[in-house]
Amino acid sequence: MAELKNWKELPIGGVIDKPATAKEYQTGTWRVIRPIYQAENCIHCMFCWLYCPDQAVEIEVVDGKPKMKGFNYYYCKGCGLCANVCPKTNDKLPEEKRAIVMKPETEFQE
Amino acid sequence: MALNIMQLATNFADKNPGITPGHRLCPGCAAPNVAKFALMTAQSLGYTPIVGLATGCLEVSTTIFPFTAWNVPYIHNAFENVAATVSGVETAYRALAKKGRLVDPEKKYAFFAFGGDGGTYDIGLQSLSGAVERGHKFIYIVYDNEGYMNTGNQRSGATPPGSQTTTQPVGKKLPGKVQLKKNIVEIMAGHENVYVATVSTSEPMDFFKKIEKALQFDGPSFIAAFSPCVRFWRISEDKAVDISKLAIETGYWPLYEVERGVYRITKKVKELKPVKEFIKAQGRFRNLLKRPDAEEIINEVQEYITRRWERLQILEEATKDKPIR
Ligand SMILES: Cc1ncc(C[n+]2csc(CCOP(=O)(O)OP(=O)(O)O)c2C)c(N)n1
Ligand code: SF4
Ligand code: SF4
Ligand code: SF4
Ligand SMILES: [Mg+2]
Repeated sequence: MAELKNWKELPIGGVIDKPATAKEYQTGTWRVIRPIYQAENCIHCMFCWLYCPDQAVEIEVVDGKPKMKGFNYYYCKGCGLCANVCPKTNDKLPEEKRAIVMKPETEFQE
Repeated sequence: MALNIMQLATNFADKNPGITPGHRLCPGCAAPNVAKFALMTAQSLGYTPIVGLATGCLEVSTTIFPFTAWNVPYIHNAFENVAATVSGVETAYRALAKKGRLVDPEKKYAFFAFGGDGGTYDIGLQSLSGAVERGHKFIYIVYDNEGYMNTGNQRSGATPPGSQTTTQPVGKKLPGKVQLKKNIVEIMAGHENVYVATVSTSEPMDFFKKIEKALQFDGPSFIAAFSPCVRFWRISEDKAVDISKLAIETGYWPLYEVERGVYRITKKVKELKPVKEFIKAQGRFRNLLKRPDAEEIINEVQEYITRRWERLQILEEATKDKPIR
């Protein structure tokens, strides 16, 4: 998480002199449900990537084609939109057949 | 060929599309996707976007000091004047070009102004009308969440009848807002020398195509984007796309364009679903549904939507190949 600067370190007038600094800000702490990616069920349609409002879906280009890699939990707010738009995920499918499973964040706390 | 999702994913696999993560919009909010879809299209077609924002959720939540979620040239001025501000930026660019003072004259720029419905239908309407009438080459995009959401859900000219807001609550006497939603598309189309279109993130290809058209149009463009507010429409955080689909299927948010007076429906719906389905799916109408006159009010809305849809089809037929100029 970004360290906040004191008044002596900030530019005069509070000018923001660098672009994209929000990337230092961890929005993943808001999350109460966590999307879990199950690669074996994924068809790499990129819907989750397209619709994630927080750009928390990581992808890579393999042989010229985009491939889903998984979630970036530093930013993921847990809205569940990725799971909702995923053609390989729905309530009727058993969990092990889904490409994305939403799990309560409490399951991951030490 | 029109852009598709795979192409965009390939282009943006390792970079941010102008807006970055780390913004503080609510989980599941549609507004950042409206911006993302537009900016990805522009950049994929070789344009450098310049972004101006009116005050509202998108602006406030992406620029909380000392952070900014923008990695393209960005300007915020006030709530009511984003169109004037961006028209000034565009004019400054043309002036510099004329004087031969551009650093890179080959570079193509796309001037975007984003505003909420409050900043567009209401307080920014005069500034928007002026900028479009003057003919600046810019793209104005309203992300329409049907209320003043950043200040906690007040009624705007875009709020539909029967919706719960803090300034027109649904109570025993009044059923929430009683007036119809303002038809901003027709207002903007009335500027004649303009490309106007409605879009929805639930129809991404249509969205990309219309942004492409706006970029290539030799004048101002106005795009109205349906933008569910999960917070105040009282829908769950994963439902922005579902509700957007329902809005199109019921004719609540018809997808069409008006290019210099020529109407074209871009998503034909064979048989509209009853608007009641759209209303019942959202908590903001819950109190309306509890009233004894709920059916009556919904029927009125239904009648309006059916007529508007019929009118659109007639307009499409009547204006075919007849641009106003
Ligand atoms: C002149 C002025 N009046 C009021 C405000 C307070 N204000 C800030 S954001 C906002 C609501 C914006 O509504 P809208 O344009 O629909 O955008 P949304 O927040 O819904 O995305 C208001 C009233 C302001 N900033 N400036
Ligand atoms: S939406 Fe589902 S199937 Fe498509 S890429 Fe994402 S996880 Fe895979
Ligand atoms: S849960 Fe929401 S924020 Fe997290 S990856 Fe899915 S769409 Fe993005
Ligand atoms: S209040 Fe509504 S429009 Fe504003 S960030 Fe939240 S969901 Fe989006
Ligand atoms: Mg609004």
